[in-house]
Amino acid sequence: MIATQVVNGHSYQFNSLVELLGKASPKRSGDELAGCAASCETERAAAQAALAEVDLTTFLNEAIVPYESDEVTRLILDSHSADAFEPISHLSVGGFRDWLLEIAARPDASTTLAAVAPGITPEMAAAVSKIMRNSDLIAVGKACRVVTAFRTTLGLSGRLATRLQPNHPTDDLRGVAASLLDGLLLGQGDAVVGINPAGDSPQASADLLGLLDEVRQAYDIPMQSCVLSHLSTTIGLIEAGAPVDLVFQSIGGTQGTNTSFGVDLAMLREGLAAGQSLGRGTVGNNVMYFETGQGSSLSAGANLGAGGRPVDQQTLEARAYGLAREFSPLLVNTVVGFIGPEYLYDGKQIIRAGLEDHFCGKLLGLPMGVDVCYTNHAEADFDDLDTLLTVLAAAGVNFVITVPGADDVMLGYQSLSYHDALVIRHAMGLKPAPEFEAWLKRQGIADAYGTVRGLELGASRLRALAGAAS
Amino acid sequence: MSTLAPGSGRNPDPWAPLRTTTQARIGLGRAGMSLPTAAVLELQASLAVARDAVHLPLDVDALLSGLAGLGLGTPIVLTSQAGDRSTYLRRPDLGRLPASLDGLPNDGWDVGFVIADGLSSKAVAEHAVATLRALVAALDPELRVAPPVVITQARVAAGDQIGQAMGVGTVFVLIGERPGLSVADSLGVYLTHNPIPGRTDAERNCISNIHPPQGLGYAAAAATAVNLLRGAQELGRSGVDLKDTSGMGEIKDSLD
Repeated sequence: MIATQVVNGHSYQFNSLVELLGKASPKRSGDELAGCAASCETERAAAQAALAEVDLTTFLNEAIVPYESDEVTRLILDSHSADAFEPISHLSVGGFRDWLLEIAARPDASTTLAAVAPGITPEMAAAVSKIMRNSDLIAVGKACRVVTAFRTTLGLSGRLATRLQPNHPTDDLRGVAASLLDGLLLGQGDAVVGINPAGDSPQASADLLGLLDEVRQAYDIPMQSCVLSHLSTTIGLIEAGAPVDLVFQSIGGTQGTNTSFGVDLAMLREGLAAGQSLGRGTVGNNVMYFETGQGSSLSAGANLGAGGRPVDQQTLEARAYGLAREFSPLLVNTVVGFIGPEYLYDGKQIIRAGLEDHFCGKLLGLPMGVDVCYTNHAEADFDDLDTLLTVLAAAGVNFVITVPGADDVMLGYQSLSYHDALVIRHAMGLKPAPEFEAWLKRQGIADAYGTVRGLELGASRLRALAGAAS
Repeated sequence: MSTLAPGSGRNPDPWAPLRTTTQARIGLGRAGMSLPTAAVLELQASLAVARDAVHLPLDVDALLSGLAGLGLGTPIVLTSQAGDRSTYLRRPDLGRLPASLDGLPNDGWDVGFVIADGLSSKAVAEHAVATLRALVAALDPELRVAPPVVITQARVAAGDQIGQAMGVGTVFVLIGERPGLSVADSLGVYLTHNPIPGRTDAERNCISNIHPPQGLGYAAAAATAVNLLRGAQELGRSGVDLKDTSGMGEIKDSLD
């Protein structure tokens, strides 16, 4: 494919779809590092105008990453539904944007969008996002509804769930329990209580799983837990009889990225089967939990596509969602600000990427959550987190990550505080997952209207779970 | 609703015993649904310290006078191809390349030391000389040691270029680690045997979190480093195949 576009009297030529997607991407440091970004704002505007003219069918005929050498591409194209694609098959990328916004404004938007999702490839979603403004990403993201369930039901209208993340630098069980208690008293954990283990020792992971399962049963909490070990560790733990609820894995948008994570499609299928075989869900059996993030492919040196050209990081991120949807996950979390300023330089780029990821994932039919976060070497601060949380809540994000006091003492970065989730739920009238909300009411953590106000330590019998004196 | 931080007033803080189990910011209290003023100000202060640590330029002259007392010969000062901090943060590839390798001595040394600002010049200013002193003291006196190289706006892999140019058998890169909210002056030491451009993280060993008194101490770090050096020399390579007996050999990818 070759496209030419004239802007301001200057003619720009784009020699391939890969080049066009890269140059049409809103500015970010990772694409500049990869060498696929537009050289100036005018070239970017020209690329966006040229991309708007490209027919959606082009994405079915021109693979961004070669079919022969990449199993993610094979999965995406082999599982594409021509029937679902039919209503949008006549559209260009620009026409698709208009169509999405028009559908989003209708009362039956979520049904229509869900029906067309299997006909949308990740590359189509990425392409249209590049010519959408933040408000477009909010409007269409909000219109998509993706509901999943295990012991709680997630993604329902008017709800915002959280992953309670009680990490500890040495996986100390008492320390984890203290952070867990703090979070429960502030109404967190309806998406999952998920711990990033400090090491990859199966025994340490088993101990953490045991603790979470004990707490869940002792206090009859409708929640699912996860220790975010490597897939191979989790499969081993399932075989050893550990109380595994969710099966976690980091994934990326190319086969090479997944190789760097030590997984492939076959292993993921094995993990899904192992998780589902336990039948531990009560209101649903979505057992997979995936994490992704723009820049992971470049970081792994696995970001090249057709013609050996670098593919932009946002298109590759959307391809990770194309992989994820094969596994009907309970949760997909884009860890948007974690990777660092060489991929997303500042608060503006992080906020844009968070909205893009949420939109692309939802459009493809995934239960998207976002880790609203940043590292200390990025040009970002707590105000940027507040802004991103607010726009994501407006866009109907399924869940966000929360940690004590916004400070993850194990991973060394800032995410949302437990308090941040309370504030945004209250400001926007959002409630926790229904099963969890009922439990919070019984505990006195939420009031009769479902407003989560939190509970003092001394006033709750939960304090015993962390060994606090009564 | 509590508008006070826990433990204020007459009642003892019920969270106090739990706080001994984790550094996490638990039991912060609430102002309505938000964080109380004290907790917010404390977070802002921690963030300010961490952010300043990222952007504070390394005081090279002060470092050189500290190095002068170690008896390692005259230090050599280089810069990377990342001309300023903003470029450094965006372009890890440029931070891995010295601006010039002209005039570096090459004398087939066994061991070389490269001191890089990395993401925290504060860590280098506070801990590099003391760590290097402990390393020199722990080294086998038979080993021939190259004069130290100081490089600014640099990443770990800059040591590969420098090590190769100087003909060094094993290079140690002492580098400032990404500041966290709790610790902004943590130093890392990366060992690369037979340094050549193109080495990956999997071919290095790392000792991180050097920042006594809270973090790892100088002597303990040096003992591990020397242990790893011996292992690398015997094995003929560093990295994932080289296991360090104290279990601190994991690579942190944020500084690659």
